[in-house]
Amino acid sequence: MNTTTVIATKFSGLKLPQLDGTFFSNAIRLVALPVAGILAFLLLWSATAQNIDTSLGKFPGPAAVMEQFNALHDEHQRSREKERAFYERQEKRNAERVAKDPNYQPKIRAYTGKETFLDQIITSLVTVMSGFLLAVAIAIPLGITIGLSQALNNAINPIIQIFKPVSPLAWLPLVTMVVSALYTSPDPLVAKSFLNSLITVTLCCLWPMVINTAVGVAGIDKDLVNVSKVLRLPALRHVQKIVLPASVPMIFTGMRLSLGVAWMVLIAAEMLAQNPGLGKFVWDEFQNGSSDSLARIMAAVLVIGLIGFLLDRGMLALQKLVSWDKTAN
Amino acid sequence: MSVLLDISHIDMEFPTPKGPFTALRDVDLKISQGEFVSLIGHSGCGKSTVLNVVAGLYQATRGGVILSGKEVTEPGPERAVVFQNHSLLPWLTAYENVELAVKQVFGKNKSKAEMREWIEHNLDLVHMSHAMHKRPDEISGGMKQRVGIARALAMQPKVLLMDEPFGALDALTRAHMQDSLMEIQAELNNTVIMITHDVDEAVLLSDRIVMMTNGPAATIGEILQVDLERPRHRLELADDPLYNQYRAKVLKFLHERHSKPDVPTKKSAPAKSSVTSAQAAGDIKETVDNAA
Ligand SMILES: Nc1ncnc2c1ncn2[C@@H]1O[C@H](COP(=O)(O)OP(=O)(O)O)[C@@H](O)[C@H]1O
Ligand SMILES: [Mg+2]
Repeated sequence: MNTTTVIATKFSGLKLPQLDGTFFSNAIRLVALPVAGILAFLLLWSATAQNIDTSLGKFPGPAAVMEQFNALHDEHQRSREKERAFYERQEKRNAERVAKDPNYQPKIRAYTGKETFLDQIITSLVTVMSGFLLAVAIAIPLGITIGLSQALNNAINPIIQIFKPVSPLAWLPLVTMVVSALYTSPDPLVAKSFLNSLITVTLCCLWPMVINTAVGVAGIDKDLVNVSKVLRLPALRHVQKIVLPASVPMIFTGMRLSLGVAWMVLIAAEMLAQNPGLGKFVWDEFQNGSSDSLARIMAAVLVIGLIGFLLDRGMLALQKLVSWDKTAN
Repeated sequence: MSVLLDISHIDMEFPTPKGPFTALRDVDLKISQGEFVSLIGHSGCGKSTVLNVVAGLYQATRGGVILSGKEVTEPGPERAVVFQNHSLLPWLTAYENVELAVKQVFGKNKSKAEMREWIEHNLDLVHMSHAMHKRPDEISGGMKQRVGIARALAMQPKVLLMDEPFGALDALTRAHMQDSLMEIQAELNNTVIMITHDVDEAVLLSDRIVMMTNGPAATIGEILQVDLERPRHRLELADDPLYNQYRAKVLKFLHERHSKPDVPTKKSAPAKSSVTSAQAAGDIKETVDNAA
């Protein structure tokens, strides 16, 4: 007899959750097994790490990585503190000058300290989401149009099929050159490097989304299309009432697929082009080559993985919220 | 009685990779206002094709369809269709499915309140008021078909077209649906064309039964006028000699057409056509068993 049952009998007047077999089997399935898996992984990792010697010292084990997480957090706090102090000083100085000379127009110079780990995470997240949303805005209307028109499908399909297998990284040099040629505003709204990463992400997201949307639209149940015809729904209403909802599951499949790939590609692009973001963090640490570098890269690797996972879960949650088809997983 | 719908000498050819395939040859039928006509024939003979031509979803190769003096050239809500597989939009509730149709057909003429009343009235007609806010995946097959019928009725069509509306339902549900349909028909006196492969259903519901020959180049073989008084009750009819005579006539037609097809059943591979025939034979046998 286990403790839980003992407690349950003692407090039989209280309402306890159903402590039957399914409760325990669920607890094992959902909590115990994953925890066991993670523990086993950590053990294996630290055991293996100790046996790998690199030019930068031993390969970091879980403890070293944890230590670096703390260090990165401290660095971030210190940097924010500096930034606050910087703006405070500036404000104070401006206030003094305005007091002396009422016509003086106070100028605020931006803080230009080195980005912290958290800054890089945020940059990467903003980039991937912006590029992704831009791709959504292009791909879904395009996919619907292609899905609705066989002629257009025939016309565009070869182009899609050729560009689809191209790694977006191959585009990167072209994108960089085109952006620097065309984006020459003296007071740019966003940095060129941001634009480069963003366009790379967009290019990467575009094809899976266009294809999935088009396939979803083309594959709508013929009966539903006939219903629309019998009702004489005008074209726009047909799209809004029948086509879009019917293809939502396929559209989401495309979106999840491309967001996952986009996140991977973005990190690589940031490394390759030295654009701000997690990829640059990894690259900088690699170049830096201090004894902590590997542990810091490993920390970044874990964060990249975690964010990728959360992005996918987020899309899934959104899909469950938006789509009528609740069977997705 | 005046002719409402004139299906005038239609031929239907489908282009196929192996050249044109003649599905229908000279199908000619006139239907009066308020008449309930059923189309019966072996599976694959061309019943749905006839219905789709009337619906405007297919364009006849020769001949045409004239509804109250006007030629049918495209689909429209005055020829509402009930499809075999309910074809409800799965993301909308029963109410919203009917609403989509009502808004489209009456959006300009009815106020919001009137539309709501009309939607609820039609769902009530098919006994679906209790579940009108459920989505298709939350209700049974029979209930889905009821909603499909409500949606079609709500368009106030001149002709109601039904393609094996109860074909996918179990026998008990089918009987309920037939009773409901007779009830609705007694109230609304719609003009209906219904496809069925169930002999009892055809005799029970119809004013006329149109029997089609086997394809390719299917056409109307015989037309049976069913002069049974309404309201009809299935239990009383079971012992009615006239009813049984009608049943026998239809069965005989189907069996003769089946055992001595004047042309091969299908243009496709013989293996496939034999499957279809076996199924068709099974359908008919089942109906005979039911009666026994
Ligand atoms: N769109 C189409 N293209 C080519 N052949 C078709 C098409 N629709 C129906 N047919 C053919 O026409 C014949 C009649 O089909 P259908 O009207 O669906 O039969 P039923 O409804 O009586 O079972 C079948 O042989 C079928 O293969
Ligand atoms: Mg059919």
